[in-house]
Amino acid sequence: MSTQTHENSSGSTRGESREALRSGFFVYTVGLILAIILTATSFWAASTPLLWAPGVALGLAVLAVAQMGVHLVFFLHITTGPDNTNNVLALAFGLMIVTLVVAGSLWIMANLNANMMP
Amino acid sequence: MSVAAIFDESGHPLQDTAGDGPAPKAIVVAYGFWIFLLSDIVMFSAIFATYAVLAHATAGGPSGAQLFNRTRVLVETGCLLLSSYTCGLMSLGVEARHRVATYCAALITFVLGAAFLSVEISEFAGMVARGATPERSAFLSAFFTLVGCHGLHVSFGLIWLVVMMAQVVTKGFREAVVRRLFCFSLFWHALDIIWVGIFTVVYLIGTRS
Repeated sequence: MSTQTHENSSGSTRGESREALRSGFFVYTVGLILAIILTATSFWAASTPLLWAPGVALGLAVLAVAQMGVHLVFFLHITTGPDNTNNVLALAFGLMIVTLVVAGSLWIMANLNANMMP
Repeated sequence: MSVAAIFDESGHPLQDTAGDGPAPKAIVVAYGFWIFLLSDIVMFSAIFATYAVLAHATAGGPSGAQLFNRTRVLVETGCLLLSSYTCGLMSLGVEARHRVATYCAALITFVLGAAFLSVEISEFAGMVARGATPERSAFLSAFFTLVGCHGLHVSFGLIWLVVMMAQVVTKGFREAVVRRLFCFSLFWHALDIIWVGIFTVVYLIGTRS
């Protein structure tokens, strides 16, 4: 998530910014192709009878996490660069809260359901 | 990184940025918006948890497997993914200060986002016509809350995109306008990330067995 502001005043910076644009286009296109592959795999895995059915849900979850990672890196440009430390730390904290909320809710509610009187 | 630094009108810090001086305003604004997006994702995680807990509480009403149509979801996913890509191309156009490229990419982004919304609205209308309204069961309440909240975000994103294009037309690529365009692209990409969670949890896992 780095913000570059290019000064298009002199010829040399224009050449550099053209190079930056080309690499930016390449990054977005690679991200799109990876995302399409992961999405297609998800939809295929959900509807094919070839896979072992009980494992499909877990596989779909893994594919979704992978695609979220692809989006973060290729579209949102969250990298491990030195100018990105704050963003990565905030993301790590957010992920911790998300994990606590989702896993904690499911765990507690499953436990309550199991202990309900019939 | 000191946020309480003094900036001039164009956003450049008045002090020297060498060493541990204040970060440029573009970095600070992007960081602040990133924190907003993460708080939005935390809010969605609570709604996701609600949905996951209530997914089987159909109260004798229709279940997800009876209601959802995978082809329709595939179309929605394609629209949103491609609009995320063209939004990335738009931010490249902004970086190059290229008006025509920016307008074209923004137009494609808007059309794809609007197509996503119209497919989603027609899905909701079809469900309501079959009696699958939010008050039918806890599962449907959670479904409409989760997917509707995402759809509401997409609607706000579309309005924001129109406002940003109006600002590019009237104000040009000013420093502040470029910062807002950058925040918009972050918002739009984050919406696509949330949609990945929705189509996996609600539509793919939810329609199995």
